[in-house]
Parts: sequence; structure tokens; C-alpha cells
Amino acid sequence: MGELLVRPRLLWHALPWVIAVAFYFFAGGYLSLGTQVMIWILFTLSLDLVLGYAGIVTLGHAAFFGFGAYAAGIFCVRVTGDPLLGMVVATLLTGVVGFLTGILILHTTGVTFLMLSLAILSMLAEFANKANSLTGGDNGLQGMELSPLFGQFEFNMFGYTAYVYTLVVLFLWFLVSWRVVHSPFGRSLDGIRQSPRRMRAIGTPVWWRLVAIYTLSAAMAGSAGVLSAYAARFVGLSVLSLFTSGIVAVMLILGGVRRIYGAFIGAAVYYLVQDYTAKLNPYLWEFVIGGLLIVVVLFLEGGLMSLIDLMARPFRRSTKA
Amino acid sequence: MSGEVALAVRGLSKSFGALKVAQSIDLDLAPGARVGLIGPNGAGKTTLVNLLTGVIVPDAGSILLGGHRIDNIKPEARVRLGLARTHQINTLLSENDVRDNVAIAVAEREGFAWRSMLYTPQWRACREEAEARLAEMSIGHIADRRVSELPYGEQRLLEIAIAMALKPRVLLLDEPGAGVPSTESHIIHAALDRLPTDIAILIIEHDMDLVFRFAREIVVMVQGQVLRRGAPSEIAADPEVRAVYLGRSRH
Repeated sequence: MGELLVRPRLLWHALPWVIAVAFYFFAGGYLSLGTQVMIWILFTLSLDLVLGYAGIVTLGHAAFFGFGAYAAGIFCVRVTGDPLLGMVVATLLTGVVGFLTGILILHTTGVTFLMLSLAILSMLAEFANKANSLTGGDNGLQGMELSPLFGQFEFNMFGYTAYVYTLVVLFLWFLVSWRVVHSPFGRSLDGIRQSPRRMRAIGTPVWWRLVAIYTLSAAMAGSAGVLSAYAARFVGLSVLSLFTSGIVAVMLILGGVRRIYGAFIGAAVYYLVQDYTAKLNPYLWEFVIGGLLIVVVLFLEGGLMSLIDLMARPFRRSTKA
Repeated sequence: MSGEVALAVRGLSKSFGALKVAQSIDLDLAPGARVGLIGPNGAGKTTLVNLLTGVIVPDAGSILLGGHRIDNIKPEARVRLGLARTHQINTLLSENDVRDNVAIAVAEREGFAWRSMLYTPQWRACREEAEARLAEMSIGHIADRRVSELPYGEQRLLEIAIAMALKPRVLLLDEPGAGVPSTESHIIHAALDRLPTDIAILIIEHDMDLVFRFAREIVVMVQGQVLRRGAPSEIAADPEVRAVYLGRSRH
């Protein structure tokens, strides 16, 4: 019995990746939309680690997305257009920024932390705005010329390379996230979210755990920023805006916190709704997204993932994903 | 400072402004000790526990745990050296099941959280040990239940099971019977009686039946000071203790 049940589970886990690969062949003009969705899935996943699992309520996560994007853009313009080296360097740098800011502000919780995370985002945004020579200021960073990936695959207007590159980076970070949240480390984060006092009583160094996940999540958000810079070969100031932090939070809540796949559902639904309703009326989509968010928050504890749980229940014995 | 003492407290003092909540407290717990800490409300019992565990930093005095000076290290480091506590108010992980609450403590004790490359067999071992710990507290049958669904008595037993999973040398029980209906208090009594005899236990409890039944020695605190220390029979007969404490609060 047990062996038979493994297979349908694996099929469920394969589903998003099968869709992503199939999309590459059938997307046509929508390929770049697919790339955007995957970038935002990665960003949402990074927020889930800190906000969902560790319970760190932040509105400053765009700082890391934006920092990663600018770091990759500037590295590309000033140093080399190698997309692999640029990814590694920008991701690591963003991790360092996450570590340093985390050390500074993770002593605090709640509204204080929320404000400090906003303050850091605002400072970075203002720096990017003023440092014209480095970032291009409010004209945005232009002139990114990426070398072909492995000397073969060009990042061009058709977006095939960007799509596959994004898919691979997302998959690698997905594996990292999966391991993290199911490990004793991830379980201790879940414990810290529920009761820091309990975790201290069993000997958990709470602050260091939070710094560790904040650093990892920052690096992950940085990677998402790098991907967005590569896909557009342009970085604008909007990556460092409060609006960007807000969108990623909406995607997470929409999809479902602490579910890993919630990020997938949330980002995908957000983009589908935006794309579809914007065609009907350019001002309609925010109204629809807002309404959807209200319905989900009021009636679907656990986000859209809880709907999938309901639909999947007849096929599975365990309801945990 | 001999190896015979599990916990040695010397001259521990703490003031909040003019309020002296701990005044030069001395306390020794030998391995296997069963000491009851009693005193009227505001006597400083919980303050003493907070000083011992490191939630509050003392103004003066020293705490030695198995020969290690612990008054200058962080709460979590004290736990790793063998000082465990239970809480008066509920701090359990209410969204997790009973087994995971204990397994997470086992994982912390073993330091698995920083070494998560091989976590699958490690976590399985943690859960297996958790089940054994639950069985010791005779709550093995509720391992799969969500903590938020548990009656209060079983939550108290789970608190103790978690503390025991840390393999402590010294255990501080902060009102283990609080909130448990009197019809169920015999379950707590029985569980406390089964705790390993080599662990030093300090119990704070308002339920006098429980304290006098469990403790072999009783410390009476009043206004941040140790008033008396002695066998339960001596304490019960002591006129001064009766005057300041038992006479007033015992119904």
C-alpha cells in the first residue's frame, strides 16, 4: 500500500515543473510573461521563508529584490556580462546586505521591525535615486549587455534563454527552500514564530536563527532581482519601492503562507488576473486583485492552496504538502 | 563547588528600583533533590526562577550549575548546560502535534538545527525519542493530537515531557498543577513521582497538597528573602511560617 501511495505524491510535486517546461514550447508571445511569473514565484518564496515560516513581518523585502537587480545590472555594465558570475556575485552580495541589516534590526519585532524594514528600503531607494553615475538615477540603469549563456544562448527579445535560466534558478532555490523548511532548522523557525519563549526554554538561539533565515531569504530575493534585471536588461527605481514589497506580500497571502507551493499559485494567479482583466479595462485589475484578496483573507484561511487541498483530498491520504 | 551539588546559588540579589525582589538568596540543590519553593504572592518565587534561567540579570551573586558558572551566560546556553524549566503559562507550540513539540526539543538538544544536511534520519530519531518521552509521561496515546486541542492537564504533562527531553540535570517546575482541575491533579502527582531520581527538582506550586506530597525539603520565601528551609513536617509546624504564609493563604 505504502509504495503505491508514493507515486501520486511525486506526480503532484512534478506538476508545476511539467507545466513550466510545457509552457516553454506552447507559450508563443506569452513566454516573457511566464518568465515574470517565475521571477515573482521566487521572490514570493523568499518572503514565505521569513514571513510565513519564521513569522518576521516585513514590508522591506523589496530592498533585497532591488539590491540584487541593481547589483547584477551594475556588475554587468561595469565588470563583465557573464550571466552566471553576475548571478553568483549579486546573490552573495544581497545575502551580505540581508545579514548586516538583519543583525541591525532583528532584535526588534512587530511594528518596530516593520518600520525599520521600511526605513532600510527607503534608504536604499533614495541611494539608488541619487547615485546617478552608478545606477542611472530615475532614468534607470541602461546599457546592460549580457554575454551569451555558456557562450551559446543569447539573452534576446524572444526571451527563450531568460525563460530557461529563470526556470533553472527557481528550481534550485525551490530545492533549497524545501530542505530548509523540512529540516530541524526550519521546524525551529516555525516554533519561533509560534512561541519564541518556548524555543528559548529548550535552548534555541532565537536571534541567530532569525538572522540565518533572513540572510538566506535576502539572497533568494536578490536572485529574483537578478533574474528580473536579466530578463529586462534594464533596472528601474520601481524595484526598490514599497509597492514591490506590497505586491509580493499580496501574492504570498493569496497563494497561502507556509506552503511552498503557495508562492507558485499566488504569483501565477496574480499575473493571470492582471493580464486578463487589464485587457478588458486597464484600470480594472487592481480592483479585481483587491476583491480576490478580500475573499481569500476572509473565507480561505491558508489561501488558494486550501482550495487545492479540497480538490486533491479524494486523491490523497495525507493533506499536508 | 564539589561535584555533589547540582545547583548552587550564592548571594543572589535583584532590585527593581527600591523594590528588592531577591535579597541575597542562597540555595543548594543536590542531585536527586526534591525542593518545594513556597511563599505568598509577590514573595519573589517566579523572580527567582527567572534569575536562575537568565530571563532577568541579577545585580549580585552567583549561580553554579554542576560546577559551571552560569549567571553570566544566555538563557539558551544555560539550557544546553542542563537547566530546564516548565512554564506557568502556556508556551507550547499550539499548531504542532504533541510528538513534534517534543521532537523539536530533542533536535535542539542534539544541535541538529545547524546541521541539516542529513536531516531525514535525524528527524526520524527525534520523533522516535519523542514518543518514548511521551510514554514516560503516560501520554503516548495522544502523540498525533494537535496541541491546541488538548485539555489543560495533558498540556501540563507535555510541558514536563519537553523539559525531560532536554536531559536536564536541574529541572525547575513552575506551577505544574496550575489550571488543572482537582479531579485530574492525581495525574500530575503520578507523573511527578515517576521523574528520574537523579535529577534535582525545584518546584514552585500554590497547591500545598502537591508540594507537601512531592517535596522532601521546603524553602519558604517572603519579600525576596528565604525565611525558612526544612523538612515539610518542620515547615508545616513552624509558627512563623504559619503566621506569614499558611495562616493567611490556606483556605
